[in-house]
Amino acid sequence: MQDRGGVPTSEPIDRTEHELDDWELLTDALVGALGAGGIMNVDELRRGIESMPRDEYERAAYYERWLFSIETNLIEKGILAPGELEARL
Amino acid sequence: MRFALGQQVRVSDRPHAGHCRTPGYVKGKTGTVERVHGSFTNPETRAYGADGLPEQPLYGVVFAQRDVWPVYAGPAGDRVVVDVYEHWLEKA
Amino acid sequence: MTAHDHDHDHPHEPIGSDGEPPAAARARALEELLVEKGVLTREAVRQRIDWLVSRSPADGARLVAHAWVDPEFKRRLLADARTAAAELGLDTGPSPEIVAVENTDQVHHMVVCTLCSCYPRALLGPPPAWYKSLPYRSRAVSEPRAVLAEFGVELDPGVEVRVLDSTADVRYLVVPTRPAGTEGLSEDELAALVTRDSMIGVAGPREPLSASA
Repeated sequence: MQDRGGVPTSEPIDRTEHELDDWELLTDALVGALGAGGIMNVDELRRGIESMPRDEYERAAYYERWLFSIETNLIEKGILAPGELEARL
Repeated sequence: MRFALGQQVRVSDRPHAGHCRTPGYVKGKTGTVERVHGSFTNPETRAYGADGLPEQPLYGVVFAQRDVWPVYAGPAGDRVVVDVYEHWLEKA
Repeated sequence: MTAHDHDHDHPHEPIGSDGEPPAAARARALEELLVEKGVLTREAVRQRIDWLVSRSPADGARLVAHAWVDPEFKRRLLADARTAAAELGLDTGPSPEIVAVENTDQVHHMVVCTLCSCYPRALLGPPPAWYKSLPYRSRAVSEPRAVLAEFGVELDPGVEVRVLDSTADVRYLVVPTRPAGTEGLSEDELAALVTRDSMIGVAGPREPLSASA
């Protein structure tokens, strides 16, 4: 469902400018740092995003998808236990 | 490198499970190699934690928009260029 | 950096009592956990944030302005953008390959990543929200002229519209056409005309003020 080229849509292109919120910058930085540390690469990030249920993918904000993917990947790699992040909130 | 600049190539429309960077809208379509980008790690394997080796040649393939879309509203000269890995291309 | 109101066009989870989305707490908790586990250092994360906020379209604009004044540099830029950028001391970032493409009277380029949001961040800063949006990703390839018209760009049918879909490790930078009436401008003045959107290919550069020249 990430394969969007040519997908029919009636949604307008919203051209409102958004400065990134702190948490969005942080999420981006976490991916960058995980990449630099050889823990998770960009292809794994994308694949993790693609594993989202379709309706969640379409509803989620951009960096929410990244957070989903980071968590998915880190659980797969045994770095996070399932539910460990949830317990922290 | 299997393909050369200016060569006509067809994008495979074989089914694929898992991470793929060949967009569906060019699968089965024929275009022309207009750039040979060199070789890069294979995202399809790297996406599952492998090293992505051996590197795969990557080509910039240009398509006529009218060949890609069943109904394309623009002129015949319009083009779309997609970067496609060698293992997704066949001689046309 | 301060938090500000969201005006997203898509539904959110309920906002927490402190006015921020749940994702914000999630991101912070994730960082905490990873630092505690020794997976990352806070320093590494901060450095990455510093790099991200340092990025803007300024470096891309410098490349374009220099290409406008120096045809030999433009030729080198179009042949090998990374090496050409290095001549000006510019960081092209972690992208394995950057390709610069030139808009002319015959060809207008427009860049998209239909599969996600690939973008030449080192040279242009963060991608605009619309670039990452589902409708841009779907329509930029299938109806580019309609999208361009929404952005205020109307092109003659005789001009080729060429859409570049960054599906792999290549990032694209559009070199817009130098506006007429800019012969007397300095490189810095020229760079000020080069907008982010013109380097994505959804706009032309700014026109010079009629008072300068």
